[in-house]
Amino acid sequence: MRAWLRHHREALWAGLRRLSYLNAVVVGIALALPTGGYAVLESLRPAGARLALEPRISLFLEPELRRSDAEALGKRLSADPRVETVRFVPREDALKEMSAIQGLSEVIAALGRNPLPDAFVVTTRQDIAAELGKLPGVAYVQADAVWARRLAAAAAVVELGLSLLTVLLGAALVAVTFNTIRLQILTRRDEIEVSKLLGATDAFIGRPFYYLGFLQGIVGGVVALALVAVALALLNREVATLAESYGSNFRVGFLPTLEALGALLGAGILGWMGARLSVRRHLRAIEPS
Amino acid sequence: MVSFSAVAKHYPGGQQALKDITFSLEPGEMVFMTGRSGAGKSTLLKLIPAIERPTAGSVVVNGQNVGALKRAAVPYLRRNIGLVFQDQKLLYDRSVYDNVMLPLSFSAHPAKEAARRARAALDKVGLLARERANPIQLSGGEQQRVAIARAVVNRPGLLVADEPTANLDAESAARILDIFVAFHQVGVTVVIATHDEGLVNRYGQRVLRLDAGRLA
Repeated sequence: MRAWLRHHREALWAGLRRLSYLNAVVVGIALALPTGGYAVLESLRPAGARLALEPRISLFLEPELRRSDAEALGKRLSADPRVETVRFVPREDALKEMSAIQGLSEVIAALGRNPLPDAFVVTTRQDIAAELGKLPGVAYVQADAVWARRLAAAAAVVELGLSLLTVLLGAALVAVTFNTIRLQILTRRDEIEVSKLLGATDAFIGRPFYYLGFLQGIVGGVVALALVAVALALLNREVATLAESYGSNFRVGFLPTLEALGALLGAGILGWMGARLSVRRHLRAIEPS
Repeated sequence: MVSFSAVAKHYPGGQQALKDITFSLEPGEMVFMTGRSGAGKSTLLKLIPAIERPTAGSVVVNGQNVGALKRAAVPYLRRNIGLVFQDQKLLYDRSVYDNVMLPLSFSAHPAKEAARRARAALDKVGLLARERANPIQLSGGEQQRVAIARAVVNRPGLLVADEPTANLDAESAARILDIFVAFHQVGVTVVIATHDEGLVNRYGQRVLRLDAGRLA
């Protein structure tokens, strides 16, 4: 047992000594793309989910409609069992909200009067937008759920693309490790041959290479996470400006700790797989003669 | 210890390296194998640690039929055989001491015990003082002694040496052979292939003569 531990410790050190940091950087760059994409997607998911879960219907009333008729309509909407919440947005409030948006206040001031109608914002889980549009006094209906669904569909497409990219770059990681190990085995040909002559098992000879593959994956994963962190920090400066103009404090968050650790481990396992394929193929080919 | 019965070996392409070889070595015996180059000495010695497998017949080492040995079992066979080659097969990227330590790194010796054994082996071949040197700094004879230290560090019961003195001057060669004799005297079975008959006659040990793949 102690000897086994010692063999593994020595193999780990041997693997570390053989580690090429340049290769790890290559692996890191390859992994940064899907990792970063995943971080962005994960940040968008709560916003998208909220929109999809609470389909909202905006009812814009006829501009000339009297406030008392609007209130009557409000009562009718509240009484409808299919409607969950009803919020009245008076045209004055809508104007204030709009004026707060940069650049629009001048436009509105130039108009001289409030061009906006009163509106109701209704949340419902049912597809009643068309029906609500026929109510008296309603000029225009906008079902926010439609574009929420479109957003979700677009997100699904992006997610699928990201999955394909992950598979592709995962395969690239395996290939890069395979080749690294192949070169390592070739440069250590003499040592491997002599070790076999002196009674080293394939497992013993292969072990440092397994560790090398695993470590290269892990270090590549660390490089990828670092690249993503830097890229997100830069991106968030721009996102902050954009989000503030929409009155949001949205930021693209870094990967959750568990996912980040999972990405590291996954990279390590892929590296180990590349090493295993390479060792199986190349170590056996070296036989003393 | 070692027994060959009706062993033949041909290489792909029809070249017949060994024909009908039968002999056996008792434990503790010392044997010289002579013959011109190309007579099959190297091929015969390679059958013992399963570097080559016989085409026909059986090779039994320590009670194991080497020809039928599974690939995974070969390393354990080799740990009980000390191999010495004409071209020492030392590793020049590490010290003399680390070369001798190499076989101990595979097996389960505690670090202190391994270091003690490596130094003892270097002491036996008279090179303890050069343990820090790189093998490239040593003479041919000294390099061959390092190779012997590496071969015996696992305390094998059998030493197999293929032309260990081929590239050495007479004095160095005699020194190498004296070391083998010393191991023979403490009970190790020793097989040495050489084309130098003069050297062989001086030691008065059993001699196997190979001629064109047959025992003469």
